[in-house]
Formats: sequence, structure tokens, C-alpha cells
Amino acid sequence: MTKIWVITKRELYSYFDSLIAYVIIILFLGLTGFFTWLASNNVFFYGQATMQPFFQVCFLTLLLLVPAITMRTLAEENRAGTIELLSTKAVSDWQIVMGKFLSSLIIVLIGLACTIPYYITISSLGNIDHGAVWGGYIGLTLLAAAFISLGIFSSSITNNQIVALLLAIAFGLVFLLLFSIIGSGLTGTAGEILTYFSAQNHFNSMSRGVIDSRDILYFVSIILLGLIFSQSMLSKRNWHN
Amino acid sequence: MSIQVTRLTKTYGEQKAVDDISFEVKTGEVVGFLGPNGAGKSTTMKIITCYMAPNAGQVMLDQFNADEHPEEIKKRIGYLPENNPLYTDMAIIDYLRFTAEIQGVPKENINGRISEMIDLCGLNRERHKKISELSKGYRQRVGLAQAMIHDPEVLILDEPTTGLDPNQIVEIRKLIKELGKEKTVILSSHILSEVEATCDRILIINRGKIVADGTAENLRKQAQGQELITVQIEAPENAELKKSLLGLSTVQTVETINGQANYFQVQSKPEVSSKKEVFDLCVQNKWYLTELTTKETRLEDVFREVTN
Repeated sequence: MTKIWVITKRELYSYFDSLIAYVIIILFLGLTGFFTWLASNNVFFYGQATMQPFFQVCFLTLLLLVPAITMRTLAEENRAGTIELLSTKAVSDWQIVMGKFLSSLIIVLIGLACTIPYYITISSLGNIDHGAVWGGYIGLTLLAAAFISLGIFSSSITNNQIVALLLAIAFGLVFLLLFSIIGSGLTGTAGEILTYFSAQNHFNSMSRGVIDSRDILYFVSIILLGLIFSQSMLSKRNWHN
Repeated sequence: MSIQVTRLTKTYGEQKAVDDISFEVKTGEVVGFLGPNGAGKSTTMKIITCYMAPNAGQVMLDQFNADEHPEEIKKRIGYLPENNPLYTDMAIIDYLRFTAEIQGVPKENINGRISEMIDLCGLNRERHKKISELSKGYRQRVGLAQAMIHDPEVLILDEPTTGLDPNQIVEIRKLIKELGKEKTVILSSHILSEVEATCDRILIINRGKIVADGTAENLRKQAQGQELITVQIEAPENAELKKSLLGLSTVQTVETINGQANYFQVQSKPEVSSKKEVFDLCVQNKWYLTELTTKETRLEDVFREVTN
């Protein structure tokens, strides 16, 4: 665990040193702030104290910004050759992947924490459903973690950051939109399965304050799969044939 | 810590980078890998440091098998990879702290180790600079510092002196010699004088195979075989000289050097010396012998011979 934290610390150091972290957090707050407070169908348009519009915007914003955070994680190490340095230190491939994952998650969490004032403001405007807000935040965290995990995997298969970025966005689009669009068009078992794969549905039920183990299981499995695939991409050099 | 490499093979696609290599490095030995580009030096090092797995064969560090306990091995190895990749966005001192932490140096020793490495590698004035701002020589020093920070028992250095100026090269060689007293060191180079100056033993690798193994002295002897001397004689008549030299019973070949009629390279027959005979010849004919030197086979010649 300490090894993971050492890697996480270094990653955070370089995120904040290179301004990536600041730019992404400011962009996140700017985009979500604009659509929550200023755009045509903002919170006031709903006429009730709810964070729903914010959560819906967050959902799409994360789809774009998380890949920007994760694109450099492994692709840059592959390009600069520092992966050789890192993986010949006394750490396992899993610890490397976990360190990268945690650092990206911390950036997202800082961004989300900066939106707490939205919650305070809206709750002072009327009767807000506190359960739904916390459900929404937990949902956003899980969603971001799933994107991060897929983003790190995209980054692990290339040494080009742009490829990693586009690939991560493509993964996000498939999970967010494609599955639900196709799923709603189909009937029967196939439709049900595809609808289950859609992140949108799981997130929607969480942001209404319903925390179902099925939804959590869905996100946790995506996270684990992404991390395991990334680790195997790293370990590939260690295969005997 | 000793390193035991047994029947290592690694192929990239069709090409065999390392072909059935076996060797042993004893504790406290400094071994130099010598070979032309693409001979398999770096690949062998990458396998020993657990960066890559071989297609066949195994690496043992004392009782640890690289396949089963990579973590134990990585903890005990300090590795300077080829091209010296570094996190260029970090300051030297932060970078060294990161490597110390990741290699599991106890917290209370970290500051001490960092300042020791900074002194040892002469980085004091640059310590707060970012690595991206450093020249190649300084980066190389950072690379060495990060390899040694956890006081490893084994050091694997892939071309440690590239990019250093002559003064630094001398310092680094001295340092490696010093370290080699207690630690096991493998370094690679294609600079022969460097390997000769620092290593107890030399392994010459060519096309993935070990083609020569021994001390610099031994390798030279092996290659030398027959005595080779340079002779210069001052005589009234130069035309006779070559013929007379060839007439000696111990001499096999005589060649003029630089086209000068009185300057020769004389090769003796196997296992005999012709120095005395040449001297006596001059005395008999009242010639002046102005030069008589044994020509040492250079490591370059050995290298050429085994890698061509």
C-alpha cells in the first residue's frame, strides 16, 4: 500500500506541476457551472431544489475530461521509456496501475469537492432531497472511477497520448450512449442485456438516491476489468513467448 | 550476491537477440559486457533486472529465481537503463526521494542517502534544478544516483559513462572500482579502454553469444599467440636488412612499417622470442639498433578478431 501511495504522490506532483490538474478542474467547474446556473434549462428552470441538472451535465463533462487526465498515465511512460525504470524498481505492475488509478481519482474527487457549494446553495433555496444528492455524488465517483480505469487501459496499449485520449473517449461513448441507444431499440433479452451494460441507467437510478447493489456491482466490475487489463498490458513484456 | 545465468534465450520475432547464454558473476566481481551494437548486451541486462522475461533459461540471484521472486531481486538491484530514462518534470532532489521511497529505503535514512548520493555524484549545485534543465552528463549522474540510492548489492549499468566529459568519466570509473570491492557490478560498454580500466572480467558478446570470457590480460594472451616486435635499425646499407632478419631461425615474417626500409614489424615463430637474435645480428654486422619494442596486442584487436 505504501508503494502505491508513493506512485500516487509522484503522479499528483506532476499533474499539479504541469498545470494539467488546474486546467482540468477549472474547465470542469466552468462547464458544469455554466450548464447548471446559466444555460437555458438550468436549475431555476426546474422550479424545485434539485441537483439533477448538475448531475446530468457532470456525466457528460466527465466523459470528456477524465480521458484528458488518464491519457498520459502509461502512454507517456511508454514513450519516454521511464516504464523500464519504474518496473525495475521494487514494485509490482499492479501497484503501478493502482498508483496511477488513485492519483487520477483524487484529481476528480478534488473537482467534485469544489462543487459542494452548489449543493449548499441549492439546498438553501428549497427542500432538497439529501439522499438523492449523496447518491448522485457516489454515482459520479463510481462513474469517474470506471472512466479512469478504461482510460488507463487505453493509455496502456499505446505510447501516443492522443490515441489514448481518443480511445478513452470512444470507450466512454460506447458505455454511455451506444449501449442505451441500441438497448432501447431492441426488445427481449438482447435489449435487456445491452440496457444493463449502459452506464446511464445505473447512474440515473443512483442520482435519484436509490443505491442498489446491482448498480454498484456494475461500476465495480468495469473498474476491476479496466485495471486488470491495464496490468496485463504492462505484464505482457514478462510473458515467456 | 552472485548472479547465475543459465541458458538464456530471447528472440524478437525471428531474430535471436540472446542465444543460449550462460555465465556466472561472483560476489564483488566487476564484469564488463563488451560487444558491437545489437549484440544482446542490453537485452541480457533487461532480463537480469526482471524487466523482460526470457523465452528460455533462467536467472538466479543467490537463491532467488527471477521468475518466482522478481520483487526480491528488484529490491537488491540498482539499474541504470540504456538511454537513461528519467522523469524530467521532477527536480533532482524530489526524484531521488521518489526512488528512495519506492525502493523501500527506511524513512529515517532517506535524507541521509539522498545527500550522500548528491555528494557522490557531484550534483550539489544542481540539486533543486529540474531534470529537464540538465545537460546529458548531469542526467547521467542522476541516473547513477538513482541506481545506487538504496545501496543495492548488485549494480547493473548499461553504458554508464555515455555523455560524460573526460574528468567525469575518470571519476565514475573510480567510483565503479570502489563500489566493486563489495558489490557485484555488471556494466556494458563499447569503449574498450573503459572496460579494461574498470572490470575484473570481460565478456565479449556477439550476435547473442558469448565469444570470449576472461580478464583483459588473458584475452590478450589468447589473441597474441606469437610474439610481435617492432625493430628499427640504422645501417649503411638498408637493402640487406629485411633479408638478414628473415634469415634468423626464430623469425616467421618481416614487414616494413610505413614503407621505411629500416623499420620492421617482426613476427616470431610460435613460442619463441627473436629479441636476442635480432640484437646479435646487429652486433655481428655493426649496425645500430635504435628501436626494439614488443608490440602488445590491444583489446581492440582481440575484439575485432572475435566479433568478425
